[in-house]
Amino acid sequence: MLYTVLCYNREDVVWSWTKEEDEAVMSRLSVVHEKLVREGKLGPSLRLLPTTAATTLRDGDMVIDGPFAETKEQLLGFYIIDVENLDAALDVAKQLSAANPTSVYEIRPIALYVPEARPNAPKEKIKVY
Amino acid sequence: MTDLAWIHGALTAARPQAVGALLRYFRDMDRAEEAFQDACLRALKSWPEKGPPRDPTAWLILVGRNAALDGVRKQGRTTELPPDDQISDLGDAESELAERLDGSHYRDDVLRLLFICCHPELPATQQIALALRIVSGLTVPQIARAFLVSETAMEQRITRAKARIAKADVPFETPGPVERAQRLAAVAAMVYLVFNEGYSAGNDPERAPLCDEAIRLARLLLRLFQTEPEIMGLTALMLLQQARLGARFDAQGEVILLDDQDRALWDAKLINEGLALMDKAMRHNRPGPYQVQAAIAAIHSRAATPAQTDWAGIDGLYLALERMQPSPVVTLNRAVAIAKLHGPAAALDMIGPLEKALAGYFHYFGTRGWLLLQLGRNQEARVAFDRAIALANTPAEAAHIRRHLDRLMASAEG
Repeated sequence: MLYTVLCYNREDVVWSWTKEEDEAVMSRLSVVHEKLVREGKLGPSLRLLPTTAATTLRDGDMVIDGPFAETKEQLLGFYIIDVENLDAALDVAKQLSAANPTSVYEIRPIALYVPEARPNAPKEKIKVY
Repeated sequence: MTDLAWIHGALTAARPQAVGALLRYFRDMDRAEEAFQDACLRALKSWPEKGPPRDPTAWLILVGRNAALDGVRKQGRTTELPPDDQISDLGDAESELAERLDGSHYRDDVLRLLFICCHPELPATQQIALALRIVSGLTVPQIARAFLVSETAMEQRITRAKARIAKADVPFETPGPVERAQRLAAVAAMVYLVFNEGYSAGNDPERAPLCDEAIRLARLLLRLFQTEPEIMGLTALMLLQQARLGARFDAQGEVILLDDQDRALWDAKLINEGLALMDKAMRHNRPGPYQVQAAIAAIHSRAATPAQTDWAGIDGLYLALERMQPSPVVTLNRAVAIAKLHGPAAALDMIGPLEKALAGYFHYFGTRGWLLLQLGRNQEARVAFDRAIALANTPAEAAHIRRHLDRLMASAEG
């Protein structure tokens, strides 16, 4: 099975960590990461920028500053896209929204991206349900 | 089990909102601060065992308010905090309070708290000291060290500032849109002052944390005012400047100019966040001074080498800034772009008329000396550098100019 593990925390606390505190947490995490890499279990992983850097697309053309903040909808999936800037990212989101108009798309820049580490990672599409 | 460091972080993060809300209840700064302190002590006792509440801020406000009200009720008797079982039962009350304390409440509470610190009768240094004490929760010794004064002096300064704002009319009613915008502008200016206080101190370990604190306050403002392009601009500006911290000084603590900095030492994470915020701000098409300054910083951040810097773009942005905020300092900065684009003579002509206005400004004479040096007018350059040294704000600035002078002397002898 493939899983995503989503990490939640208070960003006002986490983004107030000193460099030392941040590095201490990251180095504890990297021990786990390395173990998972050795075990061939770790796919791509990433750290997001704070929600203050987020922009949300609603109803196909309504651009809202800030993160997705409703509690009615749930997180159903995500894309990682490689584009020039926010306008280009919004353009992608608009294409997705045109295909799936009831969904809301939050565009959040990635702070740190660690690529796929499994040596035998499948190249083809995997459907698990 | 909750990590103690996490609890301290959560208490610091909750402070602006919690003290702001408690101030709205009590309309008294000292009582609000005391109530928050009480709540923090309770949290340190209760959270490690029971785990943190779902909404730490709402918990702190409720417990702080109850503790203070209890204190008032028991006036004359020994004041006791409410018993633990009372607090552990906060579940429902907490969610109800969290419901009422939605974003807009927090927003005006925090803005009010910061705005009180910006009282126009207070000199800038007192505004900053007050904000660091009340909003950020830095201790008096920490603030005293940041301002290079004794603890007693800082204690007095803060007490005097507090007495002054206690007498002033604090606006407790919910502000209208115009007033809210005015408050936000005053608060943004103060946050940038906090940043500059740390930035100009350079690599002084006691003062540099002021930059982090200013960024924390700006991120807080941005969470509360998510659609304000100038707050995006201010945050981006500080992030992009802070990103260069690791490259601004050599091992001896001497200044390294932008052109000579090792760009690999710039903090990519801060730069990415700053650029992402600028992307957001630009979409609003409502330019302002912070956005323009951030755009200038962004041009530097995007240049892989100094030679790749888009100086024409920087010139255009400084021109826009001159129109928004005419100031000799802005013109002086623009002259650096002009020197890169059209040579040092054109830049020297441009800054000549500024000398009267900037007669006490270190950077004026530093820039003048740098331009004269490029023109081979070494004797005049030496005079300018001498004046710059006399006006230097930090030992690092003076040392930097002295290096220019040493080079001059060496070339004169050679």
